[in-house]
Amino acid sequence: MTTSRRRFLGYVLAAPVLVAAASPGEAQAAELLDLNDIMTAAALPTSGLISVEINADGTVSFALPRAEVGQGITTSTAMLIAEELAVPLHRVKVTLADARPELLFNQMTGGSNTTIATYTPIRVAAAVARQRLLAAAATEFGSTDLRLADGVISTRDGRRIGIGELATKAASPRTLAVPVELTAKDDFTVIGRPHGRVDARDAVTGRKKFAMDVTVPGARPAMVCRPPTINGKPGTVANLDEVRAMPGVTDVVTISTGVAVRADTFGQCIDAVRALRVTWKPGTVEGKSDTTVLRELASAELPLGPRPITPYVEGRFTFHFRSNSALEPNCAIADVRGGRAEIWSALKSPIVAKQTIAARLGLPLSAVTVHVTEGGGSFGRKLFFDAALEAAELSQKLGKAVKLMWHRADDSRQGRTHPMATSRVRIAYAGNLVLGFEQRHTSVTTDLGHGLGELFTAMAAKLPIGDKAFAQTFFQFSHTSPYDFGLHSRLLSETGKGFNTGSMRNVYSPDTTCARELVVDQVAARMGRDPYRFRHDLLRGDRSRAVLRAAAEAGGWGRALPAGVAQGIAFHSEYKGVSACLIEIDCRPDTVNRPIRDGVAGPRVTRAVFAVDVGLAVNPLGLEAQMMGCVMDGIALALTSSLHLRDGYFLEASWDNYFYTRQWNTPPDLRIIIMPSDSDQPGGAGELGVSAAMAAVACAYGRATGTMPTTFPINHGTLSFVPKPTIPPIPASPVDGLDHVR
Amino acid sequence: MPEHTFRVNGEQVTVDVDSDVRLLWVLRDILGVTGPKYGCGINVCKACTSHLNGRAFNPCAVPVRDLGPGDEVTTIEGLAATAGADLHPMQQAWLDHDVVQCGYCQPGQIMAAVDLVRRVAAEGREITDADLDGIRNICRCGTYARIREAIRAAAASGG
Repeated sequence: MTTSRRRFLGYVLAAPVLVAAASPGEAQAAELLDLNDIMTAAALPTSGLISVEINADGTVSFALPRAEVGQGITTSTAMLIAEELAVPLHRVKVTLADARPELLFNQMTGGSNTTIATYTPIRVAAAVARQRLLAAAATEFGSTDLRLADGVISTRDGRRIGIGELATKAASPRTLAVPVELTAKDDFTVIGRPHGRVDARDAVTGRKKFAMDVTVPGARPAMVCRPPTINGKPGTVANLDEVRAMPGVTDVVTISTGVAVRADTFGQCIDAVRALRVTWKPGTVEGKSDTTVLRELASAELPLGPRPITPYVEGRFTFHFRSNSALEPNCAIADVRGGRAEIWSALKSPIVAKQTIAARLGLPLSAVTVHVTEGGGSFGRKLFFDAALEAAELSQKLGKAVKLMWHRADDSRQGRTHPMATSRVRIAYAGNLVLGFEQRHTSVTTDLGHGLGELFTAMAAKLPIGDKAFAQTFFQFSHTSPYDFGLHSRLLSETGKGFNTGSMRNVYSPDTTCARELVVDQVAARMGRDPYRFRHDLLRGDRSRAVLRAAAEAGGWGRALPAGVAQGIAFHSEYKGVSACLIEIDCRPDTVNRPIRDGVAGPRVTRAVFAVDVGLAVNPLGLEAQMMGCVMDGIALALTSSLHLRDGYFLEASWDNYFYTRQWNTPPDLRIIIMPSDSDQPGGAGELGVSAAMAAVACAYGRATGTMPTTFPINHGTLSFVPKPTIPPIPASPVDGLDHVR
Repeated sequence: MPEHTFRVNGEQVTVDVDSDVRLLWVLRDILGVTGPKYGCGINVCKACTSHLNGRAFNPCAVPVRDLGPGDEVTTIEGLAATAGADLHPMQQAWLDHDVVQCGYCQPGQIMAAVDLVRRVAAEGREITDADLDGIRNICRCGTYARIREAIRAAAASGG
């Protein structure tokens, strides 16, 4: 597709109004340096199938083949189009495309890859449209001395025409190849400037529609009575007729994952689920607990290399199961009737969802329509389509439309989790020299069966890594070596199946980075070096050193603090970006033990400074928001958030059990520094910030308490709640709401 | 089935539904008022926070039988009208500080914030860090810092 840095080939597609697209491209194998290169290259061949359409009312439509789950890509995408087409941002209408199997690997949202992969193709399509509009205006006015601004083309003598009026005239009855030149970075007026989210007004007025807010005729609420242990299967139901007769209940039927109920309201679904008396068959991890999984991990650990003859520091760290549950629980609407299926859900891998649903229902792919709705958070969860598959199965079985939602307890106990892992790190040194870095990461198997595996398989021939197992490939390609640490050796081993796993705002990096940075602190201490100076001296690359320096200087690294309060600093690079975080944490008893009702207080992060360089930041405001969220995730992973496995099920059943960062854990002093960049390529941001933040919290905690933490989150050993029952699987809603009105 | 009459966002409504169905589902599933979100159903995540007679409450924990004809429920959809404007000052502060990410919890956050500012003003004092720490609404995107800024700004401007 590239003819020079800014010259590209695009297409005007045959259509009654102006529709423009980029031409497909192919990356060179030599360019595939990391995970993002692979994903971008996999998306390129179909980038010509993604088009920008000019409407007669002067608006521009673009159906984004990615999922918006809060990361701000509808806003940044609208900005790219507004830039190249010189139209006001509010006239760019970005919607989410239905599943389009012809896009192959170009409709998966993950790996923080959206902006990296779509940055050029979307701009090329918009630039083709711009050129075509100018050509149409030239015919109209008999002049080529034209200016396009604010969606209006004008001549020097003051004649004007809106792009909407040209939408038909600029169209082409046949597809044309068009060379275009993209706007130079120095001429940007939209890209790189902070812009509020395009959907903010809808969100703050309650108009933003998530899957459960969509009205589909006949789609009544449905929920599933689930087993007491992970992936248990339904046996017999003792009181089917009784539950079917309950108020509002229309249907009760056994499906593959449990016993489904459909009713007039979700409230009545909850009552019906609680009333069901079901005999359950065993689950897939029956009898397992934290302790037994830890033993499995220990026996699967790959050995470190031969013991060095020089001094070395070793650390072994444990990372417990964590829930990637978003605030919007798993949910989907399905209408499967008359040999056709229509699905609505927030899906990050809609093509795989469509294929899987079609296969499950026994329908041809063409009979299944999958709509991608706006998602209420993902964090890895919406790569999977567990609810959509269930809704489709249920709707087919009933011959009725259903609006299926998981209860929070289901989401927490039967939903996806970030797998438990251990990470061993060894750093060998002599004098002031670091000689070698080894890491052995051992994890319960991460389920990547949401299309990423197929993507890798398709790209395998182009990867310089041979036929290693997919997870190992993924691991190697998602890790770089930021420090000048001599010989590097990094290996992943996975063990154990049966858990519902997935990524969680990154796959391995928060854990591997946290382990590495803690041992880096230890090496610095052995050498009598300051942890910040030590890192600064050994980081490769000016960008890396610059972010570290920015965080250290803005955060006042080394300032005097009372006993029990300390700083930590950490670095992480991934997704073509570099990041550093400085944390101050208060571990004094008065702070740790401050009373919080139904929550965990613990150490308080009082200051967080996060410096990031992603290259070109399309929307600095969106990037800042992402980094803030990443810091909150890092705090949660280091201090409070985990699942406890016991007897084949997770004890946590809701937000009063699972302690994600809350207002009382939020740093009162939080600063995000976006580094100036002269890069003309964007990097990924959605997950980048979690690793450095988690690691910096861990390092600060170690320094404040004088003991390096080795188990995460640090409070995992204390169960801070009374577990809710597993039968019935979901708790009753309270009735005392009015007693709490203040 | 029994009938229940109350007011929602300035309009009287009558619903024919079992008395113990929680108000959240009456709003969402029967009346089609989808601003209040489900996040837990047990009054801990606060995503459904709305106002009853001007005070914050959580409709997931209130059976519809608890409401009478004199009760006024305000959801995020009706908040602006209580300020007689297109947007309530708190909603405007939310836009000014670009608080929202996925947006799922934000209707509840805004309704809780309006209530917090009201309570603090009634006590004749300024918003403190402790007040902000006390907000129990969860945000899984981690927008907490911007929520704090927006509330302080709205409180300062009399919102």
